[in-house]
Amino acid sequence: MKKSRLVTGFLGLMALTTLTQCFTDKQNQGQKLYAQNCQSCHMDDGSGLRGLIPPIAKADYLQTHRDELACLIRHGADGPMIVNGIEYNKEMPGAHQLGPDEITNLLNYIQTSFGNNNPRYTLTEVTQMLEACPVPYEAH
Amino acid sequence: MLPVTFTSNMKLSNYSLKQLLTGTAFVLFSTLIYSCQSSPAEQKLPILGSREPVERSVDGKTIVDTVYHQIPDFAFVDQDSQQVTQETVAGKIYVTDFFFTTCPSICPKMKNQMLRIYEKYKDNPNVVILSHTIDPEHDTVAVLKDYAERMNVTAAKWHFLTGDRDSIYDMALKYFIGVQEDSEAEGGFAHSGDFMLVDHNRHIRGHYHGTEQEDVDRLMQDMDILLKELQDEKK
Repeated sequence: MKKSRLVTGFLGLMALTTLTQCFTDKQNQGQKLYAQNCQSCHMDDGSGLRGLIPPIAKADYLQTHRDELACLIRHGADGPMIVNGIEYNKEMPGAHQLGPDEITNLLNYIQTSFGNNNPRYTLTEVTQMLEACPVPYEAH
Repeated sequence: MLPVTFTSNMKLSNYSLKQLLTGTAFVLFSTLIYSCQSSPAEQKLPILGSREPVERSVDGKTIVDTVYHQIPDFAFVDQDSQQVTQETVAGKIYVTDFFFTTCPSICPKMKNQMLRIYEKYKDNPNVVILSHTIDPEHDTVAVLKDYAERMNVTAAKWHFLTGDRDSIYDMALKYFIGVQEDSEAEGGFAHSGDFMLVDHNRHIRGHYHGTEQEDVDRLMQDMDILLKELQDEKK
């Protein structure tokens, strides 16, 4: 009796560890994707490059264009863009290879890091946004 | 048998102790000397590149001069359509790099670090920055002007240079910076993110990783050493 309880306890602990491990990995996915896809231009601290590459840290754009960000990440951006009152005009390449789940994690990382404290996205929300990306993007 | 061993052991340990003391004293002494020599005021930067002994005779005696690697004369155009030549950097020290404005990989970080140098030395008339584009076909004077204006830097301090493609690529070699067109590389060009520090005699005095903050800190320390050398020479 005592032995079986011990075994159950052990198995429970194993399961919990595995789950936490998965959870931790998912948590870090956004950060990893940022490092792979965004960091070289937007910098480690999300500060961008003065006058040329807009910041992500405390950028009003993240809130004012919240619903466009998923398409922006996937398809890139071209043409002028105003962030925190400063005009930027540099082409941003799209990350076409990212799936809706990855874009969700990346967006949630961006919206909650570098001093940002904006609401998170759900996978359903991001999937819908991606399906409704404006047509000109198809050309890219 | 036993006492003999004992004595020899004693001798041995005495000997070791003496050696140890002498050794320690030597190490302490050399540390003292070394630390005196490497104090910041006395520090001197090396001259990088090949050197050749050149013999000449003065009054029948043979004198050997060392000829160091020197950046040759050059002529490029900056974001204000001004000619930038060796005359522009005469009597000054400068930091140089190679980049292109549409570079998606390492250039933003290089430019972010170069901005730190710009901000620190923007009021120092003895410091100049030269950034060469390796994509002159795209990076025309107009493109470079827009780039510099957006970053809010002045051409008097930070020249963004364009010109004949082959001349630019040849200059990169003189600075020991690897650049090449490469369709496999992101943005179509492969190049190193090095910053080179050049003195008023156009000798290269240091190279640094332009994407790493710590190494650019080291560059700025070296610039101060070089500026002091320049001051001393001008006296």
